[in-house]
Amino acid sequence: MKILHRVAVALFATLLSFGVSTSASADKTKVGFIYIGPPGDHGWTYAHDQARLEIEKELGDQVQTTFVEGVPEGPDAERAIAKLAQTGHKLIFTTSFGYMEPTLKAAKRFPDVKFEHATGYKRADNVATYSARFYEGRYVQGVIAGKVSKSGVIGYIASFPIPEVVRGINAFMLGAHTQNPNIKVKVVWVFSWYDPGKEADAAKVLMDQGADIITQHTDSTAALQAAADRGIHAFGQASDMIQFAPKTQLTAIIDAWGPYYVARTKALLDGSWKSQDTWDGMGAGMVVMAPFTNMPSDVAALAQKTYDDLRTGKLHAFSGPINDQSGKQVVAAGAVADDGMLAGMNFYIEGIDGELPK
Amino acid sequence: MLDLIIPSMMTMMTAATPLIFAATGELVCEKSGVLNLGVEGMMLVGAVFGFIGATVTGDAYVGFLIGGFSGIMASLIFAVLTLLLVSNQVATGLALTIFGTGLSALVGADYVGETIDRIRPLYVPNAADGPNVIQLFLGHDPVVYLGVLVLLACAGFLSRSRWGMILRAVGDSDVSAHAIGYPVIRIRFAAVAFGGLMAGLGGAYLSLAYTPLWAENMSAGRGWIALALVVFASWRPIRVLFGAVLFGGITIVQLNAQAIGLGIPGAVMSMLPYLATIVVLVLISSNATRIRLNAPACLAQPFRPER
Amino acid sequence: MLRLEPRASHSVLAAWLSPLVALVMTVITGTVIFIAMGKDPAATLYIYFLQPLVSASGLSEVAVKAGPLVLIATGLSFGFRAGVWNIGAEGQYILGAIVGGGLAVFFHDSTNALLLPSMLALGIVGGMIWAAIPALLKTRFNANEILVSLMLVYIAELLLVYLVHGPWRNPQGWGFPGTRTFPDAAVLPVFFAQHRLHWGLILALATPFLAWFLVAKTRFGFRVRLFGSAPLAARHAGVRSTRMIWMTLLIGGGLAGLAGVIEASGTIGQLMPNISPGYGFTAIIVAFLGRLHPLGILLAGVVIAVTYIGGENAQIVAGLPKAVTGLFQGVILFYLLAFDLVTRYRLVFRRERGPEHA
Repeated sequence: MKILHRVAVALFATLLSFGVSTSASADKTKVGFIYIGPPGDHGWTYAHDQARLEIEKELGDQVQTTFVEGVPEGPDAERAIAKLAQTGHKLIFTTSFGYMEPTLKAAKRFPDVKFEHATGYKRADNVATYSARFYEGRYVQGVIAGKVSKSGVIGYIASFPIPEVVRGINAFMLGAHTQNPNIKVKVVWVFSWYDPGKEADAAKVLMDQGADIITQHTDSTAALQAAADRGIHAFGQASDMIQFAPKTQLTAIIDAWGPYYVARTKALLDGSWKSQDTWDGMGAGMVVMAPFTNMPSDVAALAQKTYDDLRTGKLHAFSGPINDQSGKQVVAAGAVADDGMLAGMNFYIEGIDGELPK
Repeated sequence: MLDLIIPSMMTMMTAATPLIFAATGELVCEKSGVLNLGVEGMMLVGAVFGFIGATVTGDAYVGFLIGGFSGIMASLIFAVLTLLLVSNQVATGLALTIFGTGLSALVGADYVGETIDRIRPLYVPNAADGPNVIQLFLGHDPVVYLGVLVLLACAGFLSRSRWGMILRAVGDSDVSAHAIGYPVIRIRFAAVAFGGLMAGLGGAYLSLAYTPLWAENMSAGRGWIALALVVFASWRPIRVLFGAVLFGGITIVQLNAQAIGLGIPGAVMSMLPYLATIVVLVLISSNATRIRLNAPACLAQPFRPER
Repeated sequence: MLRLEPRASHSVLAAWLSPLVALVMTVITGTVIFIAMGKDPAATLYIYFLQPLVSASGLSEVAVKAGPLVLIATGLSFGFRAGVWNIGAEGQYILGAIVGGGLAVFFHDSTNALLLPSMLALGIVGGMIWAAIPALLKTRFNANEILVSLMLVYIAELLLVYLVHGPWRNPQGWGFPGTRTFPDAAVLPVFFAQHRLHWGLILALATPFLAWFLVAKTRFGFRVRLFGSAPLAARHAGVRSTRMIWMTLLIGGGLAGLAGVIEASGTIGQLMPNISPGYGFTAIIVAFLGRLHPLGILLAGVVIAVTYIGGENAQIVAGLPKAVTGLFQGVILFYLLAFDLVTRYRLVFRRERGPEHA
């Protein structure tokens, strides 16, 4: 009975704790957010929500924020975006690729409202796009994995074969090669961004096949926890996931949207907002590495140095010479890959086995 | 090679377990003549309350039981509506899934990102020795064995026990079962509640052992697969076992094939289980005797005793 | 003891009373839930149920959301009346979008005025093809149509995923899943520039009236009703069950397919992985709430659409979490289904009879 009682108390507390809401105030500028998942996913949406909270913290006296969570990419998205515009939101961040067309359509209907679409490539006068150079973080992870892995096999859980993900795999491989030219990366595609069960299955399968480090381009913590179960190492995704696997996480790529969101909100307030395309990386603080943990100090020092060099621009993750799988040179020695090539990357570099799904 | 096969088989069994639970429950429910399409919703309810229970009490097994209990509660809503109030089973089942998805997301919101001490395997071999054959038999967590045991018990119950026969009679002809004097509604209530218990336990297994975390919609369609599985098994419990390993295992095999480098099976491969279910359905249905032996004749038909 | 007795005759009063009772119960439950979450119940209920109906933009969105639900549910009602349980409308919807939308993908630079009508026609054909499979398997092999049509939903979803990731992927889309956006000639025009309401509404409005005429005034409608209520009598009257199964499934599939292509053309403007937020399944509930009567379905479609949009508004305006929407919707459905009973049975107080009657 005691247990049931405690459960009942917990349930009641849960219900009560939903009292949070946006405090309405007439003279504050309203900024809206459309989320693909729940803010508590500890992945993609969580990172965006943290950035929203940063706006509240820095500009809370002038700005009020609202979010709509779990908006499916499809016929419902445009309605949710338009509803934010109708209810007086002057700047609206739409935080998933699939919102591209709905954002453009809503922007056409509300020319006075500014829109910011994450990871897209279509812009308008009142629609800006932004994305982050996460591949820089993947490069650092590759360096660490190349140094730490004993079996020389890395398990890579990939979501969808889009340039963003392919770029990450290639950057990881480039980083790993600098430490161990014979390293193998086994890529498994789960065709989902968020399916804890399948992510855990993929991690188990990769570990069964000898991977002693797991990295993922999917959003849940399941793979990290599966790695923790078997006592091997893994990387966190989108946010610092160290609390889920204190002895497992080597580091994590943190999506630090905060500075950008604050800057764009300020630009709106002082009237300097303009449509633009932003693709920032470590240098601008949009990609941040979580503390380097669970590794020898020499590896941590190497990782820190790589991180610093990428941040200051001393190093580019895609520095030539780089060959594709067929051995054809795609980036010459001494050169670096240009943004056009990076943005549309749809090939594996040399050293990765397997074929890219079509 | 053994190094790969043994852990793969282990993983397949883990993937099959939530399906075994949910499908066994649904099978008993359907055998009594009730089609409950709310399995997905009940699994989610079981997953979230199981997880909350484990967080609050600190004991994953207590959480597991709470998950099962919450599954019963969810199924009783369905039972009251369809059996007492004679609402349409298909529509009510779908409403139960919508309700369960919303309820679980609501009560679970504060538990996203919590960690628990998961349900652990009975025996883990020394990592340095690599996998061995003993592991295949003793290396699962207790819930895996429980699932198989309950499934076997259900097989025995349905085919050999008196009450099992009554339950089948109720599913095959509610009117005659009622005429003989069996309490049709009460038996169906029990069958629906059993289905809820099993779906809840299957859901709780997801959040307590499979991936020890709570996330919205984490069952990711497994409840619907369980429904397909019952048909695939042509309402025979033993075939549910094979079907669950096959349905759960196909993902594992597919991921293994990718990791070995045998190419990426696209959407076509993922369609196979569903195509297979249709083929099985056609095979068993086209033979009139066989379908009569297995499929409950009164499935999804409303019944009210007109006294 | 309280007992239920079937009504001898259809009660008009009860038919109107039952949704009212359900509504009252919903309001009471809503008040409890909202108070528990620290919200003003009156204001929240207003946002939920009335706000979507008091503005032009709200009405437009209700119509956009209700349109596909009404179309699909109307189609399904024929089968449900005849005792043919097609629950795979979701798959037929997707096929309609694929086959009809495929035309716009192939003729992506067309300006031909015939493109749109051809797409709509092909959408119907696509839905019919998908519904023909359970019809064939049911009539030839006696395979249960509930299960076959449900399995076909998953196959349709995977087929769409395959197409938009593979052969039909937008070549200028940087590898992201999704086809090219449809040319203007393939898009259903909107009525007002600032709202999403498009010409699909006319079809969605006209269909229930056509269906009503078909059911109430034609021989076919009579046969459908007879077949469902008294299959034996129907056989004596010369109604062939094979033909009935085919006809009702094809009507259901055709209208679901039409809804799919309308949605792809009118509100989305391309094919992408998520073209349906579960319309095919929700429509089953709409069909039953509307008591399988075309005009009832029209009303039920609007009610369900309001709960979706009201739930979203509640997120934006009142800061309610999304999960409450789903929970609340489930509760409403339960009440509506439960109180529907009053139309068919009446409550009678009577003393328990002796055991000799048991």
